[in-house]
Amino acid sequence: MHALLGPAWALFRRELLLAARRPAEWAQPLVFYGIVALLFPLGIEAQNPALKVFAPAIVWVGALLAALLAVERMFRGDLEDGTLEQLLLAQAPAPLLVAAKFGAHWLLTALPLVLAAPLLGLMLGLDPLPVRVLTLGLLLGTPTLMFTGGFAAALTVGAQRAGILLPILVLPLMTPAVIFGGGAVHAASSGLPYAAPLYFLAALLALALTGLPLAAAGALRNAVE
Amino acid sequence: MWTWLHRLASPPGFYRFAQALAPWLYGVAVPLLALGAYGGLFVAPPDYQQGDAFRIIYVHVPAAALSLGIYTLMAAAGAIALIWRLKLAECAVVAAAPLGASFTALALATGMLWGKPTWGAYWVWDARLTSELVLLFLYLGVIGLNQAYAEARAGARACSWLALVGVVNVPIVHYSVVWWNSLHQGSTILSLDALRHPHISSDMLWPLLLTLAGFFLFFAAVWLRRVQNELLAREGNARWVTELHEHSAGTH
Repeated sequence: MHALLGPAWALFRRELLLAARRPAEWAQPLVFYGIVALLFPLGIEAQNPALKVFAPAIVWVGALLAALLAVERMFRGDLEDGTLEQLLLAQAPAPLLVAAKFGAHWLLTALPLVLAAPLLGLMLGLDPLPVRVLTLGLLLGTPTLMFTGGFAAALTVGAQRAGILLPILVLPLMTPAVIFGGGAVHAASSGLPYAAPLYFLAALLALALTGLPLAAAGALRNAVE
Repeated sequence: MWTWLHRLASPPGFYRFAQALAPWLYGVAVPLLALGAYGGLFVAPPDYQQGDAFRIIYVHVPAAALSLGIYTLMAAAGAIALIWRLKLAECAVVAAAPLGASFTALALATGMLWGKPTWGAYWVWDARLTSELVLLFLYLGVIGLNQAYAEARAGARACSWLALVGVVNVPIVHYSVVWWNSLHQGSTILSLDALRHPHISSDMLWPLLLTLAGFFLFFAAVWLRRVQNELLAREGNARWVTELHEHSAGTH
């Protein structure tokens, strides 16, 4: 048990340590998130009641884009300095190591976005209950996003001309999360039961946690070959 | 049987097989499409509600069926490419993506043209339309990923992984948007109830079946040709390609 989880834990700590020494990596997505959310009211008109209707979409899409900013570089440095090869050669199963890396990135870049969401929700005029549902939805949805994004980062790390390919690969895969995340908030706003869409988000999360590390590990092997 | 399959899976074996089969597929597909188009445009009576607008189903339904079918085929070829590291399957994945994207775009375009007279709007955020649009983006992602790689085999294997993850996601996207909202009419020909009490008049049905078969055969022929091209591009320096070249130069 320890032999299995030890390397994953060590990798997890390494990622946190690296991030602690470069605060810009986790701070910048948060700043980006705030700016995107600020621009929408300016474009709509601040007193328009439609802002409340758009709020879940603004918060969700902003979180998707902000989280994807940092994902692009997830494996780039490791590939360049040879860490990636060592990780894949390690005795510990590669999917587990990959999952540890995704988990660390979620903690660093996505969790701050989730924590900022209630503030943005209130600023966009949502009531307390929809704000809670919005935050809970993001808490369930952002790990799915981070794992999908990590898989796409593994796919593109070996590509020479990736450009802005990564969001193009990730965003279509995230449509169900946006539908259920937004749907739960709208249900809560209109006094309807909102548990079902949250359960769907949890189901998507279970699927992402179990399936995507395997696919990402396979894609990484392809990249270093 | 196994030796035959083994020979077929080798690039030269498949090349010759496709070279022999593709003309036949074209030869059957074109008359089927012509006959289906004639039946659909001239023989089938106008619909009592939709008038002549319904005739677009003779393009729309086959294109939509292919858009989903090609993604499934692409994912199956991707699984084969990843498990058995078959060069042929890698070519099949890469060759299928642009075709799938084209049929998806065709299904969307014909759907929009039909939607304007029937629903009163080119685009509505209906479940099937939305999931078809997401499917188009998934195809474009595969094409983009393949082009991002300088090394063809690594690119094809990356596309295979993406297609596998995508094929799990396609039903989820579909049912999540169904749950979200739906305006599209249900399927008319594919249900058990419909087999007993047909929902469509036979005058309207037979041209549809002809164009469906014609579209599938046409896709198969173009796919074979594209796989052949991929093989030639990758194996340009292999001996069988040089021999092929000398052989064709000799006969002309």
